[in-house]
Amino acid sequence: MKIKTLLMGAVAATAFAPIASAERASDGNVSIIYWQAPSILNPYLSGGTKDIESSSLIIEPLGRYGPSGEMIPYLAAEIPTVANGGVSADLTSVTWKLQDGLKWSDGTAVTSADVKFTADYCMHPEGGCAQLAKFEGVDSVEVIDDLTVKVTFNQPKPNPYGPFMGGQSPIIQKAQFENCIGAAAPSCTDQNFGPIGTGPFVVTEFRPNDVIQMKANDNYRDPAKPAFATLTFKGGGDAAGAGRAVMQTGEFDYAWNLQLAPEVLSQMAEGGKGKPISGFGALVERIEMNLTDPSPALDAETRSTRKAPHPILSDMRVRKALSMAIDRELLVEIGYGQAGRPTCNLVPAPAIYASDNTECLTQDIEGAKALLEEAGWTVGADGVRTKDGMRLSLLYQTSTNAVRQDFQALIKEWWTMIGVETELRNLNASVFFGGDPGSPDTFQKFYADVEMYANNFDGTDPQAYLSMYRCGNEPKPESQWQGENINRFCDPAYDALIDELARTGDIEKRGEIARKMNDMLTKDSYTIVPLVDRGRVSGVSNTLGGVVLNTWDSELWNVADWYRID
Amino acid sequence: MLTYPLRRLAISIPTLLFISLAIFFLLNLAPNDPMAQVPLTVPPEVKEKMREALGYGQPLLVQYWKWLVQFFWIEPQVWIDATFGTSLSEGKQRIISWQTRSPVMDIVAQRLPQTLWVVGMSYVVGILIALPIGIYSAYRQYSVFDQVGTFVAMVGYSVPPFFSGVFAIVIFSISLGWFPSIYDTTHQVVDWDSFVFQLRQMIMPVMVLALQTTAQLSRFMRSSMLDNLNQDYVRTARAKGASEWSVVMIHVLRNSMIPVVTVIALGIPSIFGGAIITEQVFKVNGIGQQLIGALYANDLPTVQTLTFMFAFLIVMFNLIADILYGLLDPRIRYD
Amino acid sequence: MTETSVHTPSSKWRDVWRQFKSHKGALIGGVIFVGILLFVFVGQYVWPWEANQMNIRARNQGPSWAHPFGTDQLGRDTMARIIQGGQTSITVGLTAMVLALFLGTLVGVLAGYFKRLDGLLMRLTDLFLSLPILPLLLVMMLLFRETLSQLYGPETGIFILIVVAIGITSWMPTARIVRGDVLALKEREFILAARSIGTTNFQIILRHILPNVLSPIMVSATLGIANAIITESALSFLGLGFPPDFPTWGRLLNDAVDYLQQYPERVFWPGMAISLTVLSINYIGDGLRDALDPRIRGR
Repeated sequence: MKIKTLLMGAVAATAFAPIASAERASDGNVSIIYWQAPSILNPYLSGGTKDIESSSLIIEPLGRYGPSGEMIPYLAAEIPTVANGGVSADLTSVTWKLQDGLKWSDGTAVTSADVKFTADYCMHPEGGCAQLAKFEGVDSVEVIDDLTVKVTFNQPKPNPYGPFMGGQSPIIQKAQFENCIGAAAPSCTDQNFGPIGTGPFVVTEFRPNDVIQMKANDNYRDPAKPAFATLTFKGGGDAAGAGRAVMQTGEFDYAWNLQLAPEVLSQMAEGGKGKPISGFGALVERIEMNLTDPSPALDAETRSTRKAPHPILSDMRVRKALSMAIDRELLVEIGYGQAGRPTCNLVPAPAIYASDNTECLTQDIEGAKALLEEAGWTVGADGVRTKDGMRLSLLYQTSTNAVRQDFQALIKEWWTMIGVETELRNLNASVFFGGDPGSPDTFQKFYADVEMYANNFDGTDPQAYLSMYRCGNEPKPESQWQGENINRFCDPAYDALIDELARTGDIEKRGEIARKMNDMLTKDSYTIVPLVDRGRVSGVSNTLGGVVLNTWDSELWNVADWYRID
Repeated sequence: MLTYPLRRLAISIPTLLFISLAIFFLLNLAPNDPMAQVPLTVPPEVKEKMREALGYGQPLLVQYWKWLVQFFWIEPQVWIDATFGTSLSEGKQRIISWQTRSPVMDIVAQRLPQTLWVVGMSYVVGILIALPIGIYSAYRQYSVFDQVGTFVAMVGYSVPPFFSGVFAIVIFSISLGWFPSIYDTTHQVVDWDSFVFQLRQMIMPVMVLALQTTAQLSRFMRSSMLDNLNQDYVRTARAKGASEWSVVMIHVLRNSMIPVVTVIALGIPSIFGGAIITEQVFKVNGIGQQLIGALYANDLPTVQTLTFMFAFLIVMFNLIADILYGLLDPRIRYD
Repeated sequence: MTETSVHTPSSKWRDVWRQFKSHKGALIGGVIFVGILLFVFVGQYVWPWEANQMNIRARNQGPSWAHPFGTDQLGRDTMARIIQGGQTSITVGLTAMVLALFLGTLVGVLAGYFKRLDGLLMRLTDLFLSLPILPLLLVMMLLFRETLSQLYGPETGIFILIVVAIGITSWMPTARIVRGDVLALKEREFILAARSIGTTNFQIILRHILPNVLSPIMVSATLGIANAIITESALSFLGLGFPPDFPTWGRLLNDAVDYLQQYPERVFWPGMAISLTVLSINYIGDGLRDALDPRIRGR
């Protein structure tokens, strides 16, 4: 696996002879189904995974992350590092060199002006660019020569791979998008629906939220690729339907994100037309503890804000007991099967950032009970613990999703065993994950005691991810309930580590700090109770070769290498 | 006779304006965030900027006025331009979807064909099956035919399409391999073979939808026929020596059509509304899928435009139904 | 028909009952419906398993003596879940249906009978038909959920909200249908006759209009209950309904669809329960209609 992926990376990088297919466009049509349909092919105007991944067939960044998180040059000649001089020693600038002879699909040359334009396009204050965070701290982007571009940051940037790296920030053509900058961005429908790119395919027809038809790019840098002449990208439906179409009826070759119960998935695989493949990234399903009081009795200015500490969950012993009562192995077995691993970490990967914390993996009901006793919660008449006349009763909310509702039922059962009463609530995902400050049901507002969802980070560096838990970054009425510190966690020592991480360039040291931060949020405070390290499962037809599942970048990162097995 | 339709048409204009206002405020009162589907990895400040770029924070009345102008003034111009090759609408801001950043009406135009093919066809099939079943069931009340019809209609109606659709796929696509489980919206009928393919991919969604329509219509047809079969005028007609066929199919049927016309008139706008669940199960991606997708993504311009178009159809078809009442039963008068 | 039995009201109802009893379909429907009610409301006290009681070791089991309907993916007894789900589904279905019928009939009769109200009420109906349901429900949840659950407790609060939500989003077809029939009826000779002898409008509506629009109402009722049961499950699926550990027939059916191929029995039982309920109500409705129809009753 490892050798093969390295090989693939090398192939993609240097564009030498292909492995399996001999000729471009010799293998007919390949069909891909995403149960969420792409709305637009410009990832700068939509942050949605479906849009980023579908556009990754057409437009490419300078470099991508490989299946094990390594960086692979795409349009760049090589990945700039401090060692090869591409990144300045003081970490304030990075110089990218484009490959020689690259062409857009319309036949014109790719130059560093296109790269600079891409940055200008996204950083325009009126554009509403979805990937603005990638360009954070960018002071200037200068064209050095036709193939060289230099990005300067306003402060040392230990991870300078925000701009132009990964599926979120591909290079767009200046000539095509020149008039689409700023406020004009949304009006450029033709450009947004059919970007000119450097990728293996070009759009022939785009039907928003339905289907995309593509054909091989005649000007793709590897003359022997892609093996397929045309590509159909269908969207819509649900995960089960997509899985059936690949593994049971064989109508499609590739199905994205089959989050289905393990036994359903294995039943589908018995169809014999395809198989599920899985890979692990940084996505962690977790329970978040509310450290503030969500009681409806409080007024709107106080409820779920740091002005009112949580009457029950402020005690770490209660939080720990709640975590101890959970059998993560069983959760994985029932909800995810091969696509999940029990975890105690907020950052489960890449290896350098992953803490060795495994304490939570064994369920300990008795221990949890003892801990609650110690905290002063004694069992009342109906089996529910009480303390000073207060019942140990929690509201547990999450979004609507079959697996999440099974998890809720199981966890409620375990919490009942240790004397915790649980009220369950499930909410419509588009309300729960929406940021409408007027709605009481958003995950940011957190009008519940505990809530469950999954999150991860782009690329391979967790700095921004861990910085979310800074004191003051919590959602609150003054900030229209926007903010990322969902738990309302506040620890000056943690904030100091955030600053230290931002200053540190040495990868070993960064790993050490990140692991420490991870532990502070998880095993040291049980503010966040990680449950499952969620892999990604996709379905691949038995007649499709060359697929390597990549969880660090677009899943379709190596579509140029796909071929038909006869 | 003509004054009534004209008067009703005139009343329709303020009615529709009021409905559009009600829809607008309802949508804005509901929890909505056009950034709900953007991944959590995008920070809140960036989301805020994106919302601003959509014009999300503008005062409600300004937003409503803009939509009114775009819908009633600019979009018709675009339509005229497309038909006559003029350039009235050049440079004017059309209704733009927040999801796709493209004109909503273009997507509607793209989706109308498959919606009309599938949902419209299912409705026609439903009517064609339901009316004879309803009539004959009533005529031979409590016969074996009636009992079987009742049973099938009731079971058919109680089984929701999220189940019957998947059931059909498991049987006919997976086990038997007769029909495709995923509808190809780009398929074009050019010759006999492609027509056969179109039939094959349509048959499952059409039948699943038609089951619901048939069940509903046949019940109303039957009950209405039963009410009329015992009326005095039927006895009179028979006594006058009219043939059984003309008694049932002319006198009784005509008098029994009022509830059926009502139900059909209520059903036709929903054809354009598409069938949300069935479209999703078979990936037909018609207007129903556009609406539900826009609702989940909180794409208010799309939701507002689509709902208003349905509202227009609802008002118009209810008007048509009212006129038909007068034709079916001349005693009904509105003036 | 004897002279004496016509005029006393009590014997009219006895007549109706006699006719109803002699209607074979209605009798069978009634027996089945009572059976379902017993199964669902008494079964809970007889059946040893509880709906939310998990047994992880016994999950995904087929039918056995201990679990005649098998168990689900968390080892919960399917029969216990059908029993408990039925309580919710039947209660919600019946109440919501009655509410929708009441509103629909009221609006329909008023609009059809009183010309002055017709325009206003029918435009109101158009408005309700036009409103998008999902945002409407979201607004209702937003405005009333917390207030209601504080007043009546979370479960009753949600129950009221769901019943009202289904009721006010599904009365419109009934209103249009009833109005259409009333428009035709009120021009009939017997209404004119009643009016000419000075019968009040209220009496005409009660005695002459309502009995004659009963059959479309009965059809609406049977279709309405199926609708309400399914809509309830769609609501909980959207997170607008009962808490997730609250089984209902619609939800059981929905959850089981993914397992259709491995465990077909899991969709069979809830599907069967819904269909049987709807069928039995349909036959009861048929019987009731015939029994209340004076032309048939005499025969």
